[in-house]
Amino acid sequence: MASYYESKDLKLFGKIKDYDKELGTKFFDWYGEVFKEGALTAREKAIIALAVSHAVQCPYCIDAYTEDSLKHGFNKEQMMEAVHVAGAIRGGASLVHGVQMMNKVNKLEM
Amino acid sequence: MQATKSLKARKNNLSDPKEQIKLLSDGPFADGELPTFSQKLSEIGQSVLRPTGLDILQINVGYICNQTCKHCHVDAGPDRKEIMTRDTMGHIIKVLESNKIKTLDLTGGAPEMNPDFRWFVEQASPLVDEIIVRSNLTIITANKKYFDLPEFFAQNKVRVVSSLPFYNADKTDRQRGEGVFQKSIDGLHMLNKVGYGVPGTGLFLDLVYNPTGAFLPAAQESLQAEFKKALKEEFDIDFNHLFCITNLPISRFLEYLVASENYEEYMDKLVEAFNPAAVDGVMCKNTVSVSWTGDLFDCDFNQMLALPLAGKAPKNIKDFDLNKVNDRNIVINQHCYGCTAGAGSSCQGSLV
Repeated sequence: MASYYESKDLKLFGKIKDYDKELGTKFFDWYGEVFKEGALTAREKAIIALAVSHAVQCPYCIDAYTEDSLKHGFNKEQMMEAVHVAGAIRGGASLVHGVQMMNKVNKLEM
Repeated sequence: MQATKSLKARKNNLSDPKEQIKLLSDGPFADGELPTFSQKLSEIGQSVLRPTGLDILQINVGYICNQTCKHCHVDAGPDRKEIMTRDTMGHIIKVLESNKIKTLDLTGGAPEMNPDFRWFVEQASPLVDEIIVRSNLTIITANKKYFDLPEFFAQNKVRVVSSLPFYNADKTDRQRGEGVFQKSIDGLHMLNKVGYGVPGTGLFLDLVYNPTGAFLPAAQESLQAEFKKALKEEFDIDFNHLFCITNLPISRFLEYLVASENYEEYMDKLVEAFNPAAVDGVMCKNTVSVSWTGDLFDCDFNQMLALPLAGKAPKNIKDFDLNKVNDRNIVINQHCYGCTAGAGSSCQGSLV
């Protein structure tokens, strides 16, 4: 395999239904519903999705939601701030475990 | 890349409509990777597109413009000299006198730069329900001879439709040139001052949003809300509607797509986003485009691709015949995907 990630594979996402039509269909129907206008606007959901794409480090999602954010009129500064939010949560998620480490140290050491 | 001259002045091969058609016919459409627009129409049971009538006559009064926007499908600019004469305008007036056409839609270039622009508006005004002028806004502040355009528009009850790709300088100036955003804001203030876009005045000011790159517009309603909020809060500007228009792969936008290696992906996006519901409302069904020479086309895009009205339909305004105009097949090619993608696109914004 040349690469684990090929950008053209994003177009083939729908093909996951070939191996399990029922579950695949349910997933895509649900996905479509999630991104519709609701208590949050489709625009707000686009920037959330961009941040989450970075948090889960999904290259396909980053491509898709960078474009979706541009479509919804977000500018570069707003998009980078969203990425920093994702980074801060990821960094914080590691660092907050420092408390667990400290608790363990306190328990083990005299 | 900031284009400072038209494709024509740069002698770029894409200034030749035949080269554009060739590019739009080759590649993924030639090797069967993507269906041609004609094949796509057949898939939904429509072998041809036919007019529903003629409501709008869209007149391109010339390709001269004070701006050289990167995405311009007209390849307009200060170096273009093609200008409609008063004689040709006279033929259009005769057509308006003898046929009921609701809307006269004036475009360019910057239509106001045609020396007979005001004469034409005054002659046509009593003959149609509405005159639209597609103003680039900066022309209003470009020279003192244009400073009174807002008053002129108001006197003639012209509907002003103006391009403003975004509500900040960064995106606007990258597409339309350095300093265009601030001049556009100044132009909008001048239009607001005489009542344009202000509720209750009956003077309509609509803005046009084009994406500032190789992507499609989001929902018109959502972007309109963003534009209204930002322009009111930051600049105290009022307007009526925001029209979202998809960039069609023609002329300088086509050049940009090729140069930035976005062409195939963009065409793929347009085809993927094909919306059969948008086909019913495409503007070529109720509009005819007239070039600066008086030649007739299905739309301004076909005009730029030098694709005249088909069959026995008249080729020039001098030979105008409404029955023959309405009895034609609309000329299509792959650029038509731009009008049927997503919510659809027309000079009046989204279609569905």
